Amino acid sequence: MFELLGIPPQVLLGQLLLGLINGSFYAVLSLGLAVIFGLLNIINFAHGALYMMAAFVAWMLLEYLGIGYWPALILAPLIVGAFGVLLERTMLSRLYHLDHLYGLLLTFGLALIIQGLFRNYYGISGLPYQIPEALSGGRNLGFMFLPNYRAWVVVASILVCFGTWFMIEKTRLGAYLRAATENPTLVGAFGINVPLMIMLTYGFGVALAGFAGVLAAPIYSVNPNMGADLIIVVFAVVVIGGMGSIMGAILTGYMLGLVEGLTRVFYPEGSAVVIFVIMAIVLLIKPEGLFGRTA
Amino acid sequence: MLKKLALSTAVGALAAGSALAQDIDVKLGVLNDRSGTYADLSGEGSAVATRMAVEDFGAAEKGMNVEVISADHQNKPDVGSNIARQWYDVDGVNAIVDVPTSSVALAVADITAEANGVLLDSGAGSTSLTRDQCQPTTVHWTYDTAALANGTGGAVTNAGGEKWFFLTADYAFGHSLEENTMAVVEENGGEVVGNVRHPFPSQDFSSFLLQAQGSGADVIGLANAGGDTVNAIKQASEFGITQAGQSLAALLMFVTDVHSLGTQTAQGLNLTEAFYWDQNDATREWSARFEEEMGSKPTMVHAGAYSATMAYLAAVEELGSAEDGRAVVAKMREMDIDDPLFGKVTVRGDGRAIHDMYLFEVKSPDESEGEWDLYNEISTISGEDAFLPMLDECDFSKS
Repeated sequence: MFELLGIPPQVLLGQLLLGLINGSFYAVLSLGLAVIFGLLNIINFAHGALYMMAAFVAWMLLEYLGIGYWPALILAPLIVGAFGVLLERTMLSRLYHLDHLYGLLLTFGLALIIQGLFRNYYGISGLPYQIPEALSGGRNLGFMFLPNYRAWVVVASILVCFGTWFMIEKTRLGAYLRAATENPTLVGAFGINVPLMIMLTYGFGVALAGFAGVLAAPIYSVNPNMGADLIIVVFAVVVIGGMGSIMGAILTGYMLGLVEGLTRVFYPEGSAVVIFVIMAIVLLIKPEGLFGRTA
Repeated sequence: MLKKLALSTAVGALAAGSALAQDIDVKLGVLNDRSGTYADLSGEGSAVATRMAVEDFGAAEKGMNVEVISADHQNKPDVGSNIARQWYDVDGVNAIVDVPTSSVALAVADITAEANGVLLDSGAGSTSLTRDQCQPTTVHWTYDTAALANGTGGAVTNAGGEKWFFLTADYAFGHSLEENTMAVVEENGGEVVGNVRHPFPSQDFSSFLLQAQGSGADVIGLANAGGDTVNAIKQASEFGITQAGQSLAALLMFVTDVHSLGTQTAQGLNLTEAFYWDQNDATREWSARFEEEMGSKPTMVHAGAYSATMAYLAAVEELGSAEDGRAVVAKMREMDIDDPLFGKVTVRGDGRAIHDMYLFEVKSPDESEGEWDLYNEISTISGEDAFLPMLDECDFSKS
């Protein structure tokens, strides 16, 4: 058996798998950001807050209405997506003709307000949300114990990521979308309702964050800061992948999950910074990002 | 004759009463984390507890004008220092209450000594407050990392958890807790087989937990706090670590953390606290009043803010003034305090409040009869055993 830098292969395999699991969250979140930026040119800083909101919605559905995990996996993203549509209609749509910075500041402010409200009502310690019965327990893979729920997270996120990519890059609807962002006036002239498409796109991007939020609820503490802790990393992922590149965001998400996982073995103290170091290097060498089309 | 005597006593008492009622002005500042990780375990709750203390002490009836203000230090030493300076120099604050987050507490302790105010610390854990950075104006009331190590570390090692692996938050508090606990483990015949330092704060602990699992330790010691501890415990259960026979020792955990985890996940955990709401009639009565205002049960940090303020006001009343912080703390050291929440308390020469600590076990869901019915008391650790002995150079009662 080979051994890498004193780490036995079983341990390494285990850590790589864990990296893939964390990468799943990065991928789904950065995908949502990339969709919103790529098609709407909005830097959506409220993404983390909306991710947190979905986890809370899942908790509320269970607590107040007795609705369990599986329906919540569909309902919570829909509810949060609808909330996103509301934000887009009432606020964001007024800023399209202005510089990116305005959208960034608006969504950043919204994020702080949403987090503040949840903190005020539910405190900071977090709320319990159990893993669904069907996915509790786990299996022994020989090199590690893999909880069933984590395996589900990987499968679900891969399906959602590649489904989204396929829809945007390979279908007629996706083609309309891309065309509408390229030249809204011309596409509108063909009889396509461009504002509606843009609104639904934002709602969809937000729903992706919501989906990640529900996935996260049973394994991380459901608390108002859960999004704020994650969003900066996810932004770094998007920058490394290339702003607006759909496939770039997905692949970079998984890749950086793996890199972070390995750092946790070799130099755990550095695991919080490694992504930002990579970001700095990528920006220096290839400012448009690894998969970016234009700078 | 008897009537006359009674009359003169009454007149005398009145005279003494008016002598006491000399309008002592006291301003207390509650400085803590009101929006971050520690907002639930300290935050507004500590301000509420401090105001309750002022009311229960009967300050108004005793001719004391006590005002309580509060601010958010955001867990940042620079922010905390600025507020403390402003409070002492401009706003005329006499004492600062609570101050969780050791790095902020240490900065505020220095400023307090400079301004001759009083720091009534309840929320911070570092033993440095009464050791290498001790000050004559510091009173460290509720707990410290040594007491936690002695409580949980000692109990778990003696119960057969001999080989330890530490999962440590990579900052001053985590290091201090890890170091104290390692010493206790080794003292009790245990062995430390490894450790990993995780960034603060972290969301995902699976990788670190896997390393802990591979180490072959009996016990995984969690030298972290708040959301980090909650996430680590949640994920340890998910990865089947506890089911496979390794046990967890949460070295610092508050009742709000256990409430957040739920008894399903947290059951069987050992933890050390200075106060639990359901200990006796006095704690239950006080906690019920607290809950009416805050909507949740108090943590030991809230209870500490209340009791420290009570003791402080008693000392100020005896002195007749709150101006000289050193004198007030010196008076607190002389007093025999019998506190409704902490029992018998003495403030040692170095400012360390000595009182009993308690080892608790988290109830199983079957045992728990309500949302906040979370602990079984296992044992009492006397103050002398819980806290570190005093350093000579920190004994301010001599000078």
